Amino acid sequence: MVTDTVTNSARAEVLRRIRSALGRVANAEDARAGWDAVERNYRRGATRSREAVMELLEDRLRDYDARVVRVGHADVASSVKGMLGERKGRRMVMPAGLKAEWLPVGVEFVVDDGLLAGELDAVDGVMTGATLAIAETGTVVLQNVAGQGRRAVTLVPDYHLCVVRVEDVVETVPEAMARLQATAGLATTFVSGPSATADIEMTRIKGVHGPRFLDVILVG
Amino acid sequence: MGGLVSGVGLDPKTAPTFPVAAKMALGDTQLRKNVRHATDVIQAKRARVVAEMPDWQALREAGKQIRQHTMENLDFYLEEFEANCARAGGVVHWARDAEEARRIVVELVKASGSDEVIKIKSMTTEEIQLNSALEAAGIHAYETDLAELILQLGEDRPSHIVVPALHKNRHEIREIFRREMNLPELGDQPHDLADAARMFLREKFLRVKTGVSGANFLIAETGGVCIVESEGNGRMCLTLPETLITVAGIDKVIPRFQDLEVLLQLLPRSATGERMNPYNSVWTGVDAADGASLGDGPRAFHVVLMDNARTEILADEEARQTLHCIRCAACQNACPVYRQTGGHAYGSVYAGPIGAILTPQLQEMHHAQSLPYASSLCGACYEVCPVKINIPEVLIHLRNKVVKQNTAGVAGLFDVEAGAMKAMAMIFRSERRFRAAQRLGRVAESPIAGSDGWIRWLPGMLGGWTQVRDLQEMPKETFRDWWERRGRNGD
Repeated sequence: MVTDTVTNSARAEVLRRIRSALGRVANAEDARAGWDAVERNYRRGATRSREAVMELLEDRLRDYDARVVRVGHADVASSVKGMLGERKGRRMVMPAGLKAEWLPVGVEFVVDDGLLAGELDAVDGVMTGATLAIAETGTVVLQNVAGQGRRAVTLVPDYHLCVVRVEDVVETVPEAMARLQATAGLATTFVSGPSATADIEMTRIKGVHGPRFLDVILVG
Repeated sequence: MGGLVSGVGLDPKTAPTFPVAAKMALGDTQLRKNVRHATDVIQAKRARVVAEMPDWQALREAGKQIRQHTMENLDFYLEEFEANCARAGGVVHWARDAEEARRIVVELVKASGSDEVIKIKSMTTEEIQLNSALEAAGIHAYETDLAELILQLGEDRPSHIVVPALHKNRHEIREIFRREMNLPELGDQPHDLADAARMFLREKFLRVKTGVSGANFLIAETGGVCIVESEGNGRMCLTLPETLITVAGIDKVIPRFQDLEVLLQLLPRSATGERMNPYNSVWTGVDAADGASLGDGPRAFHVVLMDNARTEILADEEARQTLHCIRCAACQNACPVYRQTGGHAYGSVYAGPIGAILTPQLQEMHHAQSLPYASSLCGACYEVCPVKINIPEVLIHLRNKVVKQNTAGVAGLFDVEAGAMKAMAMIFRSERRFRAAQRLGRVAESPIAGSDGWIRWLPGMLGGWTQVRDLQEMPKETFRDWWERRGRNGD
C-alpha cells in the first residue's frame, strides 16, 4: 500500500511548488473576492416564453433522435403504454418512488432493489422521472433520488423512457445549475440523447454502451 | 486473441523532432486524407453550434477569467477539493511526477484485489503511459472508449485529444476489429463497428471490478468530479466497478459547482460541435446506501492529484495560461499545420497548437524543443479557444526560451531562428541592405494583394493567417522614400 509518509511528503512538495510559483499562499478571503470578480455577462436566465421553451426542448430532443410526446397529467399511463408497445418493452425496471399513477397495467415493472448489472442487462428497458430538463441543449438531468434511482439503472438497459414534468424544464444551462446547486453532492447524470459516438470518421452513431433508445414524455 | 498490450507510447523524450516526423507524415496520403476529412467535419459542426450562441464571446471571457482565477489560487482550491472529497468518502493521493502517479495507481489496483481494470479515455493516463506500467505489474487494462479501443487493438497511438483514432478510417478500423475480435464477417458501416465494440466490451463492463478514469473537472466547493463523454463507456466505468481510481492533473480543479454553467457550455460545443455531449457525470466521493436510497456506484473511490511539471508552467507567468486548457482540441482542428501532419508528428499525446506549447513545458523544456516552431503563428487556434488561451503569444515566448537555452552553447551556431535574428540584425545595421530588403518584400506580395490593397488570402500554410484576419498590403512607397522625395520637392 501507499504509505502515508510518501503521499504526505508529495502533498507538501506539490503545495510548496505551487506557492513558490505564485509567490504567495492563497487564502479563502482572496479566493472569494477573486471569484466574485469574474465577469459573467452571458445569459443566465430565460429569454423565451414558456411555450417557446417547451417547443425548443422538443425540437432539440428530436434532433438527437429521441421520441417526444407531451401529455396532460391524466394521460401519462396511457402514453407510457403506447411508447412501450412501440418499443416492445414488456419487462421494465424502475427505481423505487416512481409515481404509481404513471404506470400502466399490463406491463411488468421490476423495482430496483440493488439489482446486479447482469440482471439489469436482462430487462427490456428502464422508466424514470427526472430532476430537470434543459431546453437549449436537449438535456435531461437525473439524480440518485426517489423516482430516478441509481446511475446503473438508466445505463445498462438498452431503452430509457423518461418522464419530465413541464415545471422542471428550464431554457438555459445556467438556470439548470442554479436549480441543482442545493443537491450538487448527489450522483448526477446529464443525458442528451441516446448514447453515441463520433469516433469513426466523425459520424454520429447512435447507441454504443448506454441505452440506444431514449423516449421522453413531457407532462403538464 | 492478441493485441491487448498497449501500443508503444508517445514519448517526447525519444520521439523524432517535429520537422523529421512531419516529413514522414506528409508522405502518408491516406493519413492526410483521413485527418483532413475528420477535422473538416468537426470544424463545420463547431461553427454551426457556436454561431447559435449570442453570448459566446461573453462565455469565453468568463471561462478565461475562471481558469485564470483558479490558477492564481491553485493551492487553496486543491486543499478545498481534498477536504470535501475526503469528507464524502473519497481518498486523495498526491503525486509529484508521472513515476509516482503510476506507482500509486498500480498499488491501488493491486489492493483492490483485481488484476484487470476497465479504463475511460484519459489523456492524463496516456501522458504518464499508465498502461505499460499496469502491464508490467501483471494488470490488464481494457480501454473502453471506442477510439482508444481501436488504438489498443491496433497497437497504435493517439493522434487527437478528443478523437484519438481520427487518423483511421472505417476500413482500417474494420480490419483491426476483424482480426482482434475474430469477426471475419464484420461489415464496414460505422454502426457495424460500434455494435462490435458494444458486444466486445459489455462482458468486461459487467465483470471487471476496478475502474480507472481521468477527470474533466474537480469541483473544489463540493469535492465532486465531472466527466463528459459520449458513448456511455465512461458511465459504465464510473458506476459498475467496486473500486474507482481517478487520475487528474492539478490543473483540472475548478472553484465552484456553478462554474460548470460556463464550462459545460464551452466544452461540448468546442470539442465535438454538439450542444451537449450525450453524457455528463458528476459524483462526489462514495454514495453509500442509507435509509432513503440505495448505494450508487463504487464503494471505494481514489483521486490521484498529479503535478508532473504543471507547477513549472505555473511559475512562468508568460506561459501560465497553458494550464487554462480544458482539452477540447478545437485548436487542433483549426490548425493548418496539424491538418497537414496529423497528431503523431508532435511526438506527444498532446498534439496540435496546445501540444506545441504544453509538451515542451511538461518536459521542462529539455525535450520537444522543435514543437514551438511547429506553427505559422496564424492565430486560428487563439480564435477558437473556448478559454481564450493566446497560444501564439506563448509559442513566441517558448521560442525565445529555446533560443536562449540553445545559443548558450555551440548548437546556437546552427539554430535557424537564431540565424534569422542574426540576419535581421545585419540588415538593420546597413542602410543599403535595409532598402533592398524592403523593395524585395513589396515585389513578393504584389501577386496576392487585392485591388483595394487588402490581402485576404495567403498561399499554403500561411493561409491560416488570412482565415481570421486581413493583412494590409505594404504601401507602394516606404516612409523613407516619401521623406526623401518630400525633401527634394520642398513640400
